[in-house]
Amino acid sequence: MTRRWTTAALSVIPVVFLGYLFVWPVSRILATAGLSGFAEVIGDPRLRASAWFTLWQAGVSTVATVLIALPLTSVISRFSFPGRSLVRAAVTVPFVLPTVVVGAAFLALGVEGSALAIIVAHVFYNLAIVVRTVGSVWSRIDPAPAEAARTLGASRWRAFREITLPLLRPSIAAAASLVFLFSFTSFGVVLILGGLRYRTIEVEIYQQAVTFLDLPTAGALALAQLVGIALVLVLYTRSQERRAVRFKLIPESASLRRPATGGQWALVFGVVAVTLGAQLTPLAVLVGRSLRGGTAGWAFLASPGNLAVRPLEAIGNTLLFAGVAAAIALTIGLLSATVLARSRGQVSRWFDIILMLPLGTSAVTIGFGFLVALDRPIDLRGTLVLVPLAHALVAIPFVVRATLPTLRTIREELRDAGAVLGASPSRVWREVDLPIVARAAAVGAGFAAAISIGEFGATSFIVRPDTITVPTLIFRLLGRPGAVTYTGAMALAVILMVVTAALILAVDRVRSDALGDF
Amino acid sequence: MRSKTLALLLGVGLALTACTTEEQQTDTITLLTHDSFWGGVTDETFATFTTETGISVEVLPAGDAGSMVNQAILTKDRPVADVLFGVDDTFLSRAVEAGIFLIYRSPLLSQVPDGIAAIDEHVTPIDFGDVCLNYDRAVISDAAAPMTLDDLTGARFSGQLVVENPATSSPGLAFLLATIARYGEDGWQDYWRSLVANGVKVAPDWDTAYYADFTRWGGDRPLVVSYASSPPAEVVFSETPIDIAPTGVVTDGCYRQVEFAGILAGTPKEDAARQLIDFMLSVEFQEQIPLTWFVFPANELAALPAEFVAHTVIPSAPLRLPPTNVERNRERWIAEWTEIVLP
Repeated sequence: MTRRWTTAALSVIPVVFLGYLFVWPVSRILATAGLSGFAEVIGDPRLRASAWFTLWQAGVSTVATVLIALPLTSVISRFSFPGRSLVRAAVTVPFVLPTVVVGAAFLALGVEGSALAIIVAHVFYNLAIVVRTVGSVWSRIDPAPAEAARTLGASRWRAFREITLPLLRPSIAAAASLVFLFSFTSFGVVLILGGLRYRTIEVEIYQQAVTFLDLPTAGALALAQLVGIALVLVLYTRSQERRAVRFKLIPESASLRRPATGGQWALVFGVVAVTLGAQLTPLAVLVGRSLRGGTAGWAFLASPGNLAVRPLEAIGNTLLFAGVAAAIALTIGLLSATVLARSRGQVSRWFDIILMLPLGTSAVTIGFGFLVALDRPIDLRGTLVLVPLAHALVAIPFVVRATLPTLRTIREELRDAGAVLGASPSRVWREVDLPIVARAAAVGAGFAAAISIGEFGATSFIVRPDTITVPTLIFRLLGRPGAVTYTGAMALAVILMVVTAALILAVDRVRSDALGDF
Repeated sequence: MRSKTLALLLGVGLALTACTTEEQQTDTITLLTHDSFWGGVTDETFATFTTETGISVEVLPAGDAGSMVNQAILTKDRPVADVLFGVDDTFLSRAVEAGIFLIYRSPLLSQVPDGIAAIDEHVTPIDFGDVCLNYDRAVISDAAAPMTLDDLTGARFSGQLVVENPATSSPGLAFLLATIARYGEDGWQDYWRSLVANGVKVAPDWDTAYYADFTRWGGDRPLVVSYASSPPAEVVFSETPIDIAPTGVVTDGCYRQVEFAGILAGTPKEDAARQLIDFMLSVEFQEQIPLTWFVFPANELAALPAEFVAHTVIPSAPLRLPPTNVERNRERWIAEWTEIVLP
């Protein structure tokens, strides 16, 4: 009984947050749009084709991302080697880059105009989700059972399939669900690399709402997008409940080992070199472009004249927003994941789905929803507060998905033992759940910060006061012709990469310093 | 750890709230605009206005022009700003029909030439820009450059042109409208079929067309749909000082876009809003326009900077279509264009 009440109490803040910032604005904008657009949407073969493309490219992108990420994740999670944390930080860098910039790099590499280009770009963007989410569990699985199986004659593959894989499955599914949502609502990548023949529902919503000012059709598409995402999430949450396996996670320090044989060194080196090579090539193109014609672009950033370009201020704002957004996302996300790990059944399943929905909702829907809904009780429209709140809204699914698989491994006896010994529920959480979940929470917080730094998805349509961040500054510079504005924009993209890599390294470092290497 | 996080959150929240309240205490007027105008605003932009009237200006960027107009329409009953700037001919009639503007006729309108005067008493023209073909002078000499839109379908320029998709790009739409204005409601489709046969390339937006496909920036197309003001911008933002613009403008077949400002209905600050519009049309503000936003001032008394005089011309006979005509047909035209060009 008390347990149920505690769970209910924990869910108050997340429910209010999501209700006010997601459910209410989205319902208001859908109500404003009305239902009259449905006939047009269903009757239009082009829109139906876009819906189908959205679905299949998201599916293929997800499978491709998982398959390509797993070898790297396996190497990073089992072996300690020099530069390991650098590799983990490096794969996260693409995550924050504006699609205009990445699109330019891919076009320069000759990748364009096909569905394949879109999928390659999705893998490029989303690799980090799998590497980091799955890695936070894999590096803490006790290798002893798999080694025992090998001793008993099981093949390497069989030991993986029957012992390690079942334990990894929840976190692979969690990561895959995030990749799917991202690919499902992909916008900039599809526009730039799709050769203009491929369109996602997200692109259609943008075009209907913004170019044609046809709100009823945009509303019908937005509702279709929401329903589609919700259906996929229903299947996902069901599969997750059945699959949860409770097992003991061990500290990373006890599971990681140095490559012992020449073969293992070759494996580590080969996998890291191939994956990072592919991942870093587009980034190298950007560095090259920032240096086209010497260092003029960098010099321009240092003294841009009267152009309202203040890179330092932009970096400061970006980091401030990222910090606040990550803190909000971490608070709400951990509360939500704790509630989900403790409860089962219909209500918690829907709570889980609604938590994920902001990631699968069109940027236009959320941005316009804020405008029509957030004028009361106090008028938040056009205020700075909305920026980190919107970033957090999109980042919460990452914290939840990163932490839930770990929280679900915690055996109830541990908590019960604490309670029997007289610890309060909050003390049990602090001393049992928190240390175990800290690493996964840091992964979630890192993504939350990265989402905020990259300012993409649902956050790009928020009307806010004149505040420069690094991505908005890149857009400003790209919007006008000229050598130094172009190389200056590329130089800023390079700064964005470095800042992100440094931030992710710092988050990883702080986590292991503050909480021990659990 | 959690209490620290909460404290941090509260602190930042309070700081942000404090900022907004403080701003509201002085006399402030809010200007809703598109990102490209916002991109050029500095502390100096409205400094004279604030000194003269005591009113400070807060700029609220709202995405591209279409997104901005839609946001203004959605918030009609409780506007987020007092003045809107940046609605152009292509979105004007939708905005006016939705009733988002109050009527205002600035006394300075007498300084605006007929060619760009407002077609509607709700809005005031502030600037204009011409979407024109640009060519890369390193590849095509001035003598060999196309003279008319017709030339683009000839073998000489086969595989040389990149345009933007009118569905996703404002200059792309302007170029489509130029061809409709030139060849008529029944003739533009054939013109585009000829362009397709001649190997026209389509980019999703201006950035991609200019920076990825245009030969000046490493692409393989020496002809691009851009602006009459692009050559001066190339000179101003050149890595090393140059005397001759690296690109040239084809003055035939340009489409003129005029950008307007209007007072948002529901504002409690109508008087201050009028003062802001008058300021934006004054010579003082108008002379900032070319080198900041790379468009032309609407006020004919404003002098053009030397870079504009030297490196571009204002097309003498730009193409235009009536806003109501654009509003009624835009979606169908884009659909037809897509059928022809991207089947």
